[in-house]
Amino acid sequence: MTTYADRTFTPPERIRNFCIIAHIDHGKSTLADRMLQITGVVEERAMRAQYLDRMDIERERGITIKAQNVRLPWKVGDEEYVLHLIDTPGHVDFTYEVSRALEACEGAILLVDAAQGIEAQTLANLYLALEKDLTIIPVLNKIDLPAADPDRYAAEIAHIVGCEPEDVLRVSAKTGMGVEALLDEAVKQIPAPQGDADAPARAMIFDSVYDTYRGVVTYIRVVDGRIVPRERIKMMSTGATHELLEVGIVSPEPKPTEGLGVGEVGYLITGVKDVRQSKVGDTVTSQRRGATEPLTGYREPRPMVYSGLYPVDGSQYPDLREALDKLQLNDAALTYEPETSAALGFGFRCGFLGLLHLEITRERLEREFDLDLISTAPNVVYQVTTDDGTEITVTNPSDWPEGKVSEIREPIVKVTILAPSEFVGTIMELCQARRGQLGGMDYLSESRVELRYTMPLAEIIFDFFDALKSRTRGYASLDYEEAGEQVSDLVKVDILLQGEPVDAFSAIVHKDSAYGYGTSMASKLRELIPRQQFEVPIQAAVGSRIIARETIRAIRKDVLAKCYGGDISRKRKLLEKQKEGKKRMKTIGRVDVPQEAFVAALSTESSADKAKK
Amino acid sequence: MHVPFCASRCGYCDFNTYTASELQGSGSSPDTWLEAVRRELTRARATVGDRAVDTVFVGGGTPSLIGAERLGAVLATIRSEFGLAPGAEVTTESNPESTSPEFFAGLVEAGYTRVSLGMQSAAPHVLRILDRRHTPGRAVDAAREARAAGIAHVNLDLIYATPGETTADLRGSVEAVLSAGVDHVSAYSLIVEDGTAMARKVARGELPAPDDDVAAERYELIDDLLSAAGLQWYEVSNWASSAGARCRHNLGYWLDGDWWGVGPGAHSHLAGRRWWNVKHPARYAAALAESADPEADHEVLTPTEQHTERVMLRLRLAEGLDLDLLDAPARAEADRAAAADLLELRGGRAILTRRGRLLADRVVQDLLLASETAPA
Ligand SMILES: Nc1nc2c(ncn2[C@@H]2O[C@H](COP(=O)(O)OP(=O)(O)OP(=O)(O)O)[C@@H](O)[C@H]2O)c(=O)[nH]1
Ligand SMILES: C[S@@+](CC[C@H](N)C(=O)[O-])C[C@H]1O[C@@H](n2cnc3c(N)ncnc32)[C@H](O)[C@@H]1O
Ligand code: SF4
Ligand SMILES: [Mg+2]
Repeated sequence: MTTYADRTFTPPERIRNFCIIAHIDHGKSTLADRMLQITGVVEERAMRAQYLDRMDIERERGITIKAQNVRLPWKVGDEEYVLHLIDTPGHVDFTYEVSRALEACEGAILLVDAAQGIEAQTLANLYLALEKDLTIIPVLNKIDLPAADPDRYAAEIAHIVGCEPEDVLRVSAKTGMGVEALLDEAVKQIPAPQGDADAPARAMIFDSVYDTYRGVVTYIRVVDGRIVPRERIKMMSTGATHELLEVGIVSPEPKPTEGLGVGEVGYLITGVKDVRQSKVGDTVTSQRRGATEPLTGYREPRPMVYSGLYPVDGSQYPDLREALDKLQLNDAALTYEPETSAALGFGFRCGFLGLLHLEITRERLEREFDLDLISTAPNVVYQVTTDDGTEITVTNPSDWPEGKVSEIREPIVKVTILAPSEFVGTIMELCQARRGQLGGMDYLSESRVELRYTMPLAEIIFDFFDALKSRTRGYASLDYEEAGEQVSDLVKVDILLQGEPVDAFSAIVHKDSAYGYGTSMASKLRELIPRQQFEVPIQAAVGSRIIARETIRAIRKDVLAKCYGGDISRKRKLLEKQKEGKKRMKTIGRVDVPQEAFVAALSTESSADKAKK
Repeated sequence: MHVPFCASRCGYCDFNTYTASELQGSGSSPDTWLEAVRRELTRARATVGDRAVDTVFVGGGTPSLIGAERLGAVLATIRSEFGLAPGAEVTTESNPESTSPEFFAGLVEAGYTRVSLGMQSAAPHVLRILDRRHTPGRAVDAAREARAAGIAHVNLDLIYATPGETTADLRGSVEAVLSAGVDHVSAYSLIVEDGTAMARKVARGELPAPDDDVAAERYELIDDLLSAAGLQWYEVSNWASSAGARCRHNLGYWLDGDWWGVGPGAHSHLAGRRWWNVKHPARYAAALAESADPEADHEVLTPTEQHTERVMLRLRLAEGLDLDLLDAPARAEADRAAAADLLELRGGRAILTRRGRLLADRVVQDLLLASETAPA
């Protein structure tokens, strides 16, 4: 079946470009599913839930990580239109994906779960869209749920978007109810793209993805002129030129076309092998008679959180390097450089956008590249001025200067918390304990409050979100953004096994938390490290001062004493299993530490899965 | 020879054994079992050929439950198929409560030379935790009856470090063993095996898990008391009053011998090939009734596996491990273990010290890992 949308060079007035933005799990991908179905681009039998979540890890976790665009045909009355839809992720770590998507759109569907109401990322994403002057279409989703309270939340949304409660559309992405009306409304409200068809070509790169079979696939939104295959193009930031091998659209699978015109969204393939040669935010123009002014760019996000990644089996170090190289092709936000740890051997210090990003990267490395990894406790970036005035940037506790320091600065973030008003007291207590400064508080409605804090980033990257959730019975949501740095009284706590510092366990913490970190780490390790043939003291120290101590007693018995008769195989298999376990241990000094101990000691309560909700 | 029957299932036991009620309706009984093992012996004879049998060990399960007559019949079949070597050792395990002077007399008459009794403990509350059916004094009495009947070698099995057992309880058990005048003792530290009733109790918090430090202490106590009474360790869990009192059958397992395991779930070894029979007595008997092979599966040991087993089994013996079996990195590891008071290197052999016996698995792993991880 061919449709109106299969042909490109559609007149701009027939095009509508929009994305779906929302808090996590409010149903963006499910709504996109219904749109794929209603517009007929995916047949009934090929349909599967969250069609656009294409990565294994997305499907397993049920969350979107990568924004995805798709071109859809739609008719309002007799008029045919082309819709470019972008489904975006809701998790705060992937906000940059939302920002990129917004670059390609004139409108945004702001989706809100009708049983939950506005959450922190609803606001965060709304503000991003408003900054870009996008037309917002507020929509309540999941109205099929018995717990849905659309009247109440329509009022809440109207209040923040500045519209009338009646203007808030109501849909069920699950049943499809209201989705056709929503598409009609999108055509009606969202402005058509504008651009000069006769001007030199200018297209904005909003995504760039490495594909094993096709090389780098670059997603663009054409602003002026036209992009056609077989022509040479130029990246305006570097001046590098490339042959255009293929230009196409996604509907919902990639389809080559004759080119893309003003306002159209699609992909191009040039044969480059590295996404860094095709940078998000860059402007593509034609090599001959190209444009001179690039479009206003988009800044790549900077890593906020660092962690060391080490192969459990040291011989996998080259494999880890290769795997990181490959992942980075697809993930410009991931940074890494080699580092060595006395405890863990050769590895990489990696920069991430947040904990979920860390965890997902790690999981992909392990799964897609068959690696076994240890990741060290995540930390933020510190700026340290030593007494002699030297400035040091610390992304790894091991780089913490030994001598006197005159000033230490740490990154801070602006935190927005939304919660039912009954929890204000407990939330304030928690934030205070995490060195938060209250910036303000607003009632979004009678029962819902927005609290704004300034906090050290280091205080929220661990278990803050979990603590917040458990104190508010899961009702609070959280968003944060960078807000510069502040001077703080921080120290490095070292953990010593048999008197030897284990660099992987060192942490930078606020002076007042040093004792707490030291005692909890020491007692955790006492539980996690198996008993050795000798006694092992565990100490926590700040400089040369010991602040906590535990002891692992020597093991006295490790022998199977039972009669297995002639079943020697069973005994051998047991032994082989134990032996393999022992082989996977890291030896620190004379102490054998199982990988699980590193993992458990270094993981906080807050696994990013939980941060999802 | 495996006898897969028990009067009831002890909470800690994960052996291949069945109670009468579990077998109800399956068509299995001691008689169908007897029929089947006789067929298997015939098959064995056809495979192995002419080879006199040095040792026989009837284990369980509870062999005493099927009575001296059937035990005698089994031995008769072995004799007629293979013949027994002169001075053969013929053992049967027995549970104290299903023995009597007449039972032992029957064994002697049939040609049994050795009896191994599952005593486990002399403390009533420990026996209760272990779900044992016999009364505290019964095991010792049975051992005396066996000796009086003319069984030359008698062993008592102990289980130690059962939760609830005190040092005094264990001392009492060992003293009871010594009072019985046996020439062999096996002592096993309680293992909570997956899937057992005991494992469920531990998981539910109804029973504390056995404590390894306590087990170590108890092992030392057992070793002290037995050695003082003239019983010397010859394997980590086994003590004997003289070289002649050692269980030759078990030594065969540990020294790479060939044996044919007859019965449901029984394990065999012939020249580097190990195999084991189907576990359920009904399936086992059915296979043999159709003249089919009751083998469930097998493995042919690789040289590495063979080496692993050798080191693992021989190091546990008082005779020790021939150092020539170790490569250079493992020899270096043996030196380290000797310096750590885990091994004694004497006469070209590595012998576990008492501390080493308690850490034997670690010593074995370290020796094997030393060879594995040494740079080629
Ligand atoms: N009952 C009901 N459930 C819905 C509806 N829409 C989505 N859901 C469910 O809500 C959950 C989250 O849906 P998704 O579409 O994955 O949400 P999302 O906003 O894309 O989530 P992220 O991409 O992780 O931010 C899934 O279990 C959906 O089945 C709806 O209209 N009604
Ligand atoms: C093959 S078993 C069975 C013999 C006999 N039915 C009996 O229970 O006395 C031989 C010995 O293994 C030991 N044993 C069995 N299960 C054990 C366990 N879970 N932990 C330690 N020893 C065990 C007992 O001492 C038992 O006597
Ligand atoms: S009597 Fe022996 S074989 Fe039978 S269940 Fe008890 S321990 Fe197991
Ligand atoms: Mg999604």
